[in-house]
Amino acid sequence: MKHVISALVQNKPGVLAHVAGMFAARAFNIDSLVVGRTDDPDLSRMTIVVIGDNRVVEQVRKQLAKIVSVVKVQDFVGQDIVARALMLITINTPAEKRPEVLALIDMFDSKVVDIGQKFVMVEICGPDSKIEAFIDACKPYGIKSVARSGTIAMARNKRN
Amino acid sequence: MSSLNCDDCGACAGCGGFVPVENEELKQGSQIIVDVLLEQGVDTVFGYLGGVVLPLFDKIYDSPLNFIIPRHEQGGCHMADAYARATGKTGVMIATSGPGATNLVTGIATAMMDSVPLVAITGQVRTELIGNDAFQEVDITGVTRPITKHNVIVKDVKHLASALREAFYIASTGRPGPVLVDIPVDVAVATTKWTPPTEVKLPGYRVRTKGHKKQIEMAADAINNSKKPVFYVGGGVVISGASEQLRKVAQKANVAVTTTLMALGTYDQSRPESLDMLGMHGAAYANFAVQECDLLVAIGSRFEDRVTGNLKTFCPNAKIIHIDIDPASISKNVSVDIPVVGDAKYILSQMLDLVEFRERKEWFNYIAKLKKNYPLCYNKSDKYIKPQEVIEELYKQTKGEAIICTGVGQHQMWAAQFYKYSKPRHFISSGGLGTMGFGLPSAVGAQVACPGATVIDIDGDSSFNMTLTELSTAVMYDLPVKVIVLNNGYMGMVRQWQELFYNKRYSQSSLKNPNFAKVAASMGATGISLSEPSKLSEAIEKLLKEAGPCVLEVKIEPEENVWPMVAAGKSLHEMDGLDIFESMA
Repeated sequence: MKHVISALVQNKPGVLAHVAGMFAARAFNIDSLVVGRTDDPDLSRMTIVVIGDNRVVEQVRKQLAKIVSVVKVQDFVGQDIVARALMLITINTPAEKRPEVLALIDMFDSKVVDIGQKFVMVEICGPDSKIEAFIDACKPYGIKSVARSGTIAMARNKRN
Repeated sequence: MSSLNCDDCGACAGCGGFVPVENEELKQGSQIIVDVLLEQGVDTVFGYLGGVVLPLFDKIYDSPLNFIIPRHEQGGCHMADAYARATGKTGVMIATSGPGATNLVTGIATAMMDSVPLVAITGQVRTELIGNDAFQEVDITGVTRPITKHNVIVKDVKHLASALREAFYIASTGRPGPVLVDIPVDVAVATTKWTPPTEVKLPGYRVRTKGHKKQIEMAADAINNSKKPVFYVGGGVVISGASEQLRKVAQKANVAVTTTLMALGTYDQSRPESLDMLGMHGAAYANFAVQECDLLVAIGSRFEDRVTGNLKTFCPNAKIIHIDIDPASISKNVSVDIPVVGDAKYILSQMLDLVEFRERKEWFNYIAKLKKNYPLCYNKSDKYIKPQEVIEELYKQTKGEAIICTGVGQHQMWAAQFYKYSKPRHFISSGGLGTMGFGLPSAVGAQVACPGATVIDIDGDSSFNMTLTELSTAVMYDLPVKVIVLNNGYMGMVRQWQELFYNKRYSQSSLKNPNFAKVAASMGATGISLSEPSKLSEAIEKLLKEAGPCVLEVKIEPEENVWPMVAAGKSLHEMDGLDIFESMA
């Protein structure tokens, strides 16, 4: 099962290596890991998607919390979250297929960011499932290349 | 004003010939290192020189620090580790960059596995050279990341004092462990204003010492309601200094106590409710009792595979309480019914008021029967000296008062089984990592820590061979360390496995040893050789009477095995070697 874990870490050299090294040393499987600064220049947020049962994910959470430069760890399991990933994808589009592909892009609420005679590059954002579905839908036309960001997530705030 | 010139050294990649200007307000990085050590209460430091740590050693020259130079950085790291284990203080080891730093790796990993507070300070090449494959450059923070509790490279002298203070704080609090601080030589010679210590603030580091009140109450209730409880005590109780609290709770509640290798001595082994050590080579009565208990209370122990045997059949009918300061240790290997996160000393003192006496007559009768039927024993021989009788004789002559250090292997298990410990910090051994060669350097470190104590390294021939060079360190500093080398001419433990599981195919497990007595003599220590069984008592007497360091090599039965034994993958009660009881009946 996939778990989304969010870790607030100190924005210091070596932190990413420490976290990634811990995952490797303890044989935990990472599906994706995204790191970026927060509004506080001293802190970064890592969003890590981990595959494993509850026991494994509990260990991941505890081992992460144990790293001195990791400030706070949250496991989003069972919570209402917004999870988003970004993908850039270049699809083959011979002239006769172009209207079909553009319709597809429109259906997925995605955006053309570059275009050539035989290809389009598309930017698509959404939950992992939407991105997977878009890849599947593009396959018949031929995919030239894909770059994906991995998931970032945040829990929805309680409404009063 | 002091000056440093690279021409004086020549050996290193060079510190660039920095000529630091000192005035009264500014302090050089090297002086800051020494001053923080003193401020942290450090009086003894282990370390080895090298190019990039020369500025630091120049400041050490004028400092009141008691300095011990090993013959190899690994030995020095084990010494600092054993110094910490014997005293509870934080051990300090200094090494130079590159090979000096990588030689610490085994020592740091040993300290990590056994939760020993250790601060390792390594020199590094100049900041501007980092990443350029400079002479004696290695990314030691990268190398030691998985084997340290924390590590850091200090690239600005302004952060040096706080980095070192944080290192001591992290190393010694919570579940202790090694912290490495890597200091480039330009930082060591740069100057900055000295800042007095303030409270250490680390946003990502919190230690929970006070256990949750409800959880402690639940644990005490479970103990009160249990018919067949066992305390399974680990090294955490030694670290916490909770032996006294443990004794009070166990005796008030009337509970049997078994310890791991790391916790030998936390519970007086002469007491009837002591079950001695459990595990792969634990006492049969401890293993049987654990398998049959209805409540297992793990205190500062971590359910390691050498302790539990097959996890699927471990402790099948018991509820499990786990008291540990490290939340990550809880429910890592076994799922726990009542977790209590906190310091053993605090939690046990809270529990003392809550537990009640229960007679548990049937259970203790059963334990007494187990202890009578399955004592730790061995077959005597006329021809050979038995290793077990060497330990028994040593126990007798030292009255159980010595600090025992060991290497790793059969001799380590015999030292655990046949010497009886009544006080914590008197058995010093590499438990988690199983580091062969730990014995002699750890004895040197323990002797530095406890100058008046009888410190004995019970070693095997192969373990001793790995680090025997440290005998010169003992001679140099007049440390009267005693060594007993149980020489069977084999790497005994692997030979035992080859005998049992590889059809006696002794592939590469025998060594041609030097004459250990002569080696000792050549280093300026006393050496004694013994092979005649009738002279055993006399030889040990001679060893203990010797004023200086002394090595007693005892030729023992070559193919003696350690029993009982829970083979890998077997359940804790499925022990081999119990037939000895039938042969003795």
